[in-house]
Amino acid sequence: MDHLTPETFKQNARDALNDPQLRSALRNLTKTFGDRRQAVLASVDNWEDLRERARSIKDETLAHLDKYLEAFADNAERAGARIHWAHDAAEACRIVIRLLQECSATNIVKSKSMATEEIHLNAALEEIGLAPVETDLGEWIIQLAHETPSHIVVPAIHKSKKQIAELFGEKLGIEPSDDVAVLTGAARRVLRQRFAESHAGISGVNFGVAETGTILILENEGNIRLTTSLPRVHIALMGIEKIVPRFADLDVFLKLLPRSGTGQQLTAYQSLITGVKRSPGDEGPDEVHIILMDNGRSRMLAHPVTRQSLACIRCGACLNACPVYQQIGGHAYGSVYPGPIGAVITPQLMGLSRAEQLPYASSLCGACREVCPVKIDIPELLLHLRAEVVEGTASATAAPDGPMKRKPSERLAFRFYAFVWSNPRRYERGLKIARLLQRFGVRKGRIDNARGFISRLVPPLGAWTAGRDARPLAPRSFREQWRDNPGGRP
Amino acid sequence: MRVSLFITCLIDQLWPSIGTSAVEVLRRAGCEVVFDERQTCCGQPAFNTGYRREARGFAQRFIEIFEEAKPDVIVSPSGSCTAMVHHFHQLFPDDETWRRRAEALAAQTYELSALLVNVLGVEDVGASFSGRVAWHDACHGLRDLGVHSEPRRLIRKVRGVEFVELHNADSCCGFGGTFSVKYPEISVAILDDKIDAIQKAGVRAIVSGDASCLMQIEGRLTRTHSAVRVMHLAELLASHEPIPQTYQGA
Repeated sequence: MDHLTPETFKQNARDALNDPQLRSALRNLTKTFGDRRQAVLASVDNWEDLRERARSIKDETLAHLDKYLEAFADNAERAGARIHWAHDAAEACRIVIRLLQECSATNIVKSKSMATEEIHLNAALEEIGLAPVETDLGEWIIQLAHETPSHIVVPAIHKSKKQIAELFGEKLGIEPSDDVAVLTGAARRVLRQRFAESHAGISGVNFGVAETGTILILENEGNIRLTTSLPRVHIALMGIEKIVPRFADLDVFLKLLPRSGTGQQLTAYQSLITGVKRSPGDEGPDEVHIILMDNGRSRMLAHPVTRQSLACIRCGACLNACPVYQQIGGHAYGSVYPGPIGAVITPQLMGLSRAEQLPYASSLCGACREVCPVKIDIPELLLHLRAEVVEGTASATAAPDGPMKRKPSERLAFRFYAFVWSNPRRYERGLKIARLLQRFGVRKGRIDNARGFISRLVPPLGAWTAGRDARPLAPRSFREQWRDNPGGRP
Repeated sequence: MRVSLFITCLIDQLWPSIGTSAVEVLRRAGCEVVFDERQTCCGQPAFNTGYRREARGFAQRFIEIFEEAKPDVIVSPSGSCTAMVHHFHQLFPDDETWRRRAEALAAQTYELSALLVNVLGVEDVGASFSGRVAWHDACHGLRDLGVHSEPRRLIRKVRGVEFVELHNADSCCGFGGTFSVKYPEISVAILDDKIDAIQKAGVRAIVSGDASCLMQIEGRLTRTHSAVRVMHLAELLASHEPIPQTYQGA
């Protein structure tokens, strides 16, 4: 992601709001997933307990992450996997490239993984002519269209069936069809061939179990099962926060993740991978490589408020519940991770100065916190990041980058507000003056901005009245009425 | 019960009838109402935009003023500003004394409907209003304070009222403080989903517990020439409309 300013975010959002096809897709997605999630919660009677347990497991893990990571690495290696440590995105990409070159892989299949999106792995591989084939249907669609995911669970949700039919017609040379079975059938034929020819498979990881060195990956299409079992080499990229201490902990997360993400009791496939095959006759790859990636995570870990960002299990429930995401979709955020959790982790991964608008892309309604299966207090994190933006403290949480710059006009406005509002006399006098001035803007008891000059005089009022009328200051304030008659009805 | 009234600056300056209605309702519920004129703002705009230093100043001022009258409880006809008082302690991570004072004050600060129903045990305040109304859950009241059933119980006891539930009663109206003017297009797009539900519900009035959400909703309703009225819960509870025969006993 390049530097995304508040202005470009605003423009992205405007483009999204003016795209009726996108908005209808978003409405459909967020409502369907929201309703499905709500319905499937009824299938467990201790949802709140599960959330509590999941969070305490995550807290415990994060408090002793060094210990659990070492245990995970030891146990995975004992089972025959090879562990690689990546400090940042560039190093993670270099490791993948080296591993692919070592096994002379030219045909590479890949499953959907946010960690690989985060490090822009495909772009790095394309540069050296080793572009992998995305095998998740949605991810493959956007790869064909040269786009990026707009949702962390359903990456191609912004595209309509018609657009996909046209895309397939153009890229695969099939007859245009709006029959889903025809479209998926065409995808299957192409992808099966790619699997058959593949030398190496690249995947992400949902959970890594310290106790056994096992990785768990969830999916519905079976492509991850193929990616991780068919090619001779499997490379798994995993953020260091994906660890859980014990195998039994998976029970909690397997109940929470599918319900929160897709409203399913369980995904169609759960692949548990512990090292390589035991004997030559077994199925599975000869080599399993697990890359443990930091890429900014240890900075988040260092601060007591931001640490909870690492509890995220990437279910996407907060995206679906977010009123802002519901309107503008994922691309408008201009970052790999969109929605409320994206607004929290992107600035921490990339540095606040390159994503300072994201913590402000929220009405702080708290719907995200309500649906989060691991009880991350996203509004609290957004407020924390906003304070860091204002205070210019790219402290422990933000990437080491230059000082943030808020608009001087905003700083001045808040100083003025603090000055006037902190003294009742100044406050009352100031608002009496405003009451006199507003006579120029009030018509029929409303400020409707018809004359336009208000927006130049008071920009926030201009922004407000572009789509809404404003209520004028009352002729007599509450305190004036109280002063007149404190004992009886004021 | 001695109740210290916290009137938010929005109510004070833009919508004073919410304040006067709250006084009337509280008195009818048997409270002695006091109002300290030194109060101005809880500092929420500063807190929510990241200006913690300014917010800290507001919080300290607020705590000093409201401690002084030694009321039994503090009440505000605003879920959002009450929630801000409940957040004050976050502003003093390294100051034990102020944090304690903030927590103590928060423990006795209530949103209006929560005070009426949960503390005073009052549901019927003797109000009457004729017509169909719906409730909008203001986010901070709902999710920070857990106010959900209280306003509904109070509304159902208003004579002449037919209460209907919006399918999206608990979703955000798009206000979000400075969000509403930083990203006005997104704010209004969110709002339009709410307006749509209100129009479809065929209500005479949409009622909520926060002046901020009500201003947001009202601004779009009048802009689109809707006849639906916006009312704060306090205003509804202070209403004494004559009820047509057909509504009696409803």
